[in-house]
Amino acid sequence: MTHPQKTVEKAAVRQTTVTESVAWIDRIPRSVAMVLLLVIFLLLWQLIYELRLISPIILSTPLETIYDLFYVGKNILSGEYMLVALWVTTKEVLIGFAMATALGFFLGLLVGETAFGERAVMPYLVAINAMPKVAFAPLFVSWLGFGIASKVALSAFIAIFPVIVGTAAGLHAADENELMLFRTMGATRWQTLVKLKLPIGMPHFFTGLKNASVLVVVGAVVGEFLGGGKGFGELIRVAASQLNTPRVFSLIIYLSFLGLATFWAVIWLQHRLVFWHKETVAEQSFE
Amino acid sequence: MMAMEVASSPAGLPGQPVYELLGVSKTFTRRNVHALDNIDLSLAEGGFSAIIGPSGCGKSTLLKIMAGLLSPSKGSVVLSGEPVTGPRRDIGMMFQQATLFPWRTTIENVVLPIEIREGKRAALAKHGDAKDLLELVGLQDFEQVYPNELSGGMAQRAAICRMLITEPTVLVLDEPFSALDELTRDFMNMELQRICLERNATTFLVTHSIPEAVILSDVVYVMSPRPGYIAEAVSVDLPRPRTLEMMIEPRFGEFVKRIRELLDKGAFL
Repeated sequence: MTHPQKTVEKAAVRQTTVTESVAWIDRIPRSVAMVLLLVIFLLLWQLIYELRLISPIILSTPLETIYDLFYVGKNILSGEYMLVALWVTTKEVLIGFAMATALGFFLGLLVGETAFGERAVMPYLVAINAMPKVAFAPLFVSWLGFGIASKVALSAFIAIFPVIVGTAAGLHAADENELMLFRTMGATRWQTLVKLKLPIGMPHFFTGLKNASVLVVVGAVVGEFLGGGKGFGELIRVAASQLNTPRVFSLIIYLSFLGLATFWAVIWLQHRLVFWHKETVAEQSFE
Repeated sequence: MMAMEVASSPAGLPGQPVYELLGVSKTFTRRNVHALDNIDLSLAEGGFSAIIGPSGCGKSTLLKIMAGLLSPSKGSVVLSGEPVTGPRRDIGMMFQQATLFPWRTTIENVVLPIEIREGKRAALAKHGDAKDLLELVGLQDFEQVYPNELSGGMAQRAAICRMLITEPTVLVLDEPFSALDELTRDFMNMELQRICLERNATTFLVTHSIPEAVILSDVVYVMSPRPGYIAEAVSVDLPRPRTLEMMIEPRFGEFVKRIRELLDKGAFL
């Protein structure tokens, strides 16, 4: 009679030991794992160089790139021409993002809240979204010139669609019960919008903003590639034409800081405003 | 076919009819659905009625009409002598889901109906009443807590408070506790009875559970589908206050059996 009980006990013991022994790779702290992966990547890169698998003119060494990172960093920190260029691109990104957010929110409201918007405006938005938006860059240049305005327009144009979609999706996030509750309370359309639909749609709206925050940088840089100007994109173009690969890499890395900064700013705002909504890491990073 | 005479409960609580539906029919012309046919209902003041019927018998249409969210194609809906033409503050509603809003604390959720009808300042002035209500349902320590920290039962209690904050004369409950587990549900039903008796509220409950309908109600309306009509009104003259122990009494079983038979007879199973 005691036999079955013993096996049960044994099984229980075994189970606890199983849950305690985490694979060694899962016990590495996140920061260490990230650094480790970077080191492996750099070593592989160096190895490719040592073995002369790719011509050094096309692919620089990691060391050259790191050295150039410091050079560009020093230039930016001492306020020289690269800081000026970075500031130009930052301005384009910030203004473009503000425009995409404001206009996207407005269009999202129109499409998500009104029957006219949903029936008449939405199909056009879908059609425009399907176009390769970068192809509009020459038009923006000819309309707005070689200055900052054409880059702002392109970045806002590229980034606006996720904001529209996020806003409109958010306005449809309230379920039947919630809408019915508001109707039984005698809520007006405005009250339903402000006190129910907008707050409940916040997570969707922020998903759109996060996508937009990355796309504005794309828009600004592509705008600079195609329309000249004094921004970081122009520096990259010049460096690439001189086959200065380390410089291209380090400029891209500094640009990615700009993208990350806007992205994190949105996430920070989301945590402040949408404190009730818990997301997974993947949702937070990509959606 | 028509409603049996609605006997007043033995406790002698219910008095004059406060909420009456006379010959209410509803046809959705666009979808060509005849949802309700000639419904007569009379809710006595302070009384507790339940409606039971299979899915698709038009219960939710009936509820929407009672809440003033839909207007009937035929017939009249009268509350305290006035026709119901839209949502009213003297009708309190509650649903299967608590539907609390996660960006509002419990007490802010409770005063939401006041905020909607009278504005933020009036809602703030109602915080005292809201605290009393939360105490009534045992949530006094959770006023400032956000709903995602409440259990399912606690959330429904908060929803009860939100329903009561406008001091409605009629409570319309759409399967209010059916998302809760059995034990919590029994307990919440007794709480509901206590609250209704304490406030002399006229209560109308939609349920799928025969025992729940019997243990709570003075009258159980049995509904038939396609088109929905009241097959019979069964008076339940068990004494008040009801207790869960009554559920094992033979009298209780007789009521359950009777309603079961009525539902089976409708051949919707």
